[in-house]
Amino acid sequence: MDFFSVLYYRFKKVWKSIRLYLVIAGPGLVVMIADNDAGGITTYAATGARYGYHLIWFLLLLIPIAYYVQEMTVRLGAVTKRGHAEAIFESFGAFWGWFSLIDLMFVDWLTLVTEFVGMTAALGIFGVPAWLTVILVVLLMSIIVLNGRYWTWEKIALGFCLLNLIYIPAAFMVNPSIESIIGQGLIPNFPGGFNNELFFLLMANIGTTIAPWMLFFQQSSVVDKGLQEKDIKMGKLDTFIGSIITVAVAIFIVIVTGTLLNGAPIDDAATAARMLMKTNHYIGALMAIGLFDAGLLGAICISLASSWAFGEIFGWAHSLNTKVKEAPWFYISFFITLATAGVVPLIPGAPLVLITLFVQVVAVTLLPAALVFLILLLNDKKTMGEYANTPLQNIVSTLIVVLIVILSTLYGISALFPNLFK
Amino acid sequence: MRMLKQFIGKIREINQRYAKPKIEMSKGVSFSLAVLRIYLFVLVLLMIYKFITVL
Repeated sequence: MDFFSVLYYRFKKVWKSIRLYLVIAGPGLVVMIADNDAGGITTYAATGARYGYHLIWFLLLLIPIAYYVQEMTVRLGAVTKRGHAEAIFESFGAFWGWFSLIDLMFVDWLTLVTEFVGMTAALGIFGVPAWLTVILVVLLMSIIVLNGRYWTWEKIALGFCLLNLIYIPAAFMVNPSIESIIGQGLIPNFPGGFNNELFFLLMANIGTTIAPWMLFFQQSSVVDKGLQEKDIKMGKLDTFIGSIITVAVAIFIVIVTGTLLNGAPIDDAATAARMLMKTNHYIGALMAIGLFDAGLLGAICISLASSWAFGEIFGWAHSLNTKVKEAPWFYISFFITLATAGVVPLIPGAPLVLITLFVQVVAVTLLPAALVFLILLLNDKKTMGEYANTPLQNIVSTLIVVLIVILSTLYGISALFPNLFK
Repeated sequence: MRMLKQFIGKIREINQRYAKPKIEMSKGVSFSLAVLRIYLFVLVLLMIYKFITVL
């Protein structure tokens, strides 16, 4: 074969792989980018404002952590064709199953409330009243879900994922010093020494990278999309690309607030957006739009994670490929979760700070259990066959899970007892 | 009332369906579940303590 023939066949092979990836891509990208939800944006904005570029290296470490945990759900979903809730019920019995399901319901609902708080605050910057934001969001999300096709839902969700990249142009608009980013951000360091404040922020960054709903969401999403064992390789690639994008977005947020708000006290992303507007109106607007999109994306995935889990256990039809008539309870549970969470920020004097605190505490009761179940399930050779964890995968994933469990537990306890680490 | 009865019936059915764990209860699995039980027990105690002290 001559040179051009070899080149042609190689190109054809690569193009075929890209086309295959584009068909399979979705669950990994959506779950990872939705991970940058309203709470995540606040954490990254606060990280940049407090420590400038100094913790970028730490954010980079979150890529393998997020990838190794989430890729296990791809294998589990593709091999067992069951969601995470059903897998826990079947493998560990009703006690652990109910514990996980009820805990998931609580933590998802509480997290949804925080997404609505973020969305109403973001659109509030543009003068949109909170009640209107809630109504618009519930309507928009219902329309997206009620279209009756997983495929369409996924493409719309990917569109919102694309909007999440809005922080990239915002970071370029602030003209950051590349030298400072490389010099301060890429060399591991603990600015001001390893103190309690820094430790709390590191824990918050890890806590926002791996959330319980992500495990349940991605596995159910893989099942609903109909991925097979042969698709696992591309599903893992999808998850890997998603984990890179999610951390890249986080870094760009840190660059924006690290450049313009360095040293400013940031309690939430909406405050950061308001402060940025005073410096540069367009950057502040981008920050607010990004916050709204992050809340919306988080809400889309979290409410679905709960509905899928309920459908799996109660035996209801629970696919986005079904019409309302065919799966009424799936859509009713989705709508009820969404609407009740949306109402909370509208209640005058609602304990929103307490709810945010509760999210962290309840999450640490579910996350370790869900992660331990994940590793045990991935070691069940009878079910997983050749896709079971290898010894190396076990070492890496166990180390990551132990790290996440320790840090998220400390994070939860520090939320419960704020003075403990001071 | 009928709906509540149906719901309770459904819960019973789920409990029966998943009464026996399917995973092989090796030493590793049993140990992990025992550690998880202790972890959750301690966490719940901490939450109860916090709840009582706040009240």
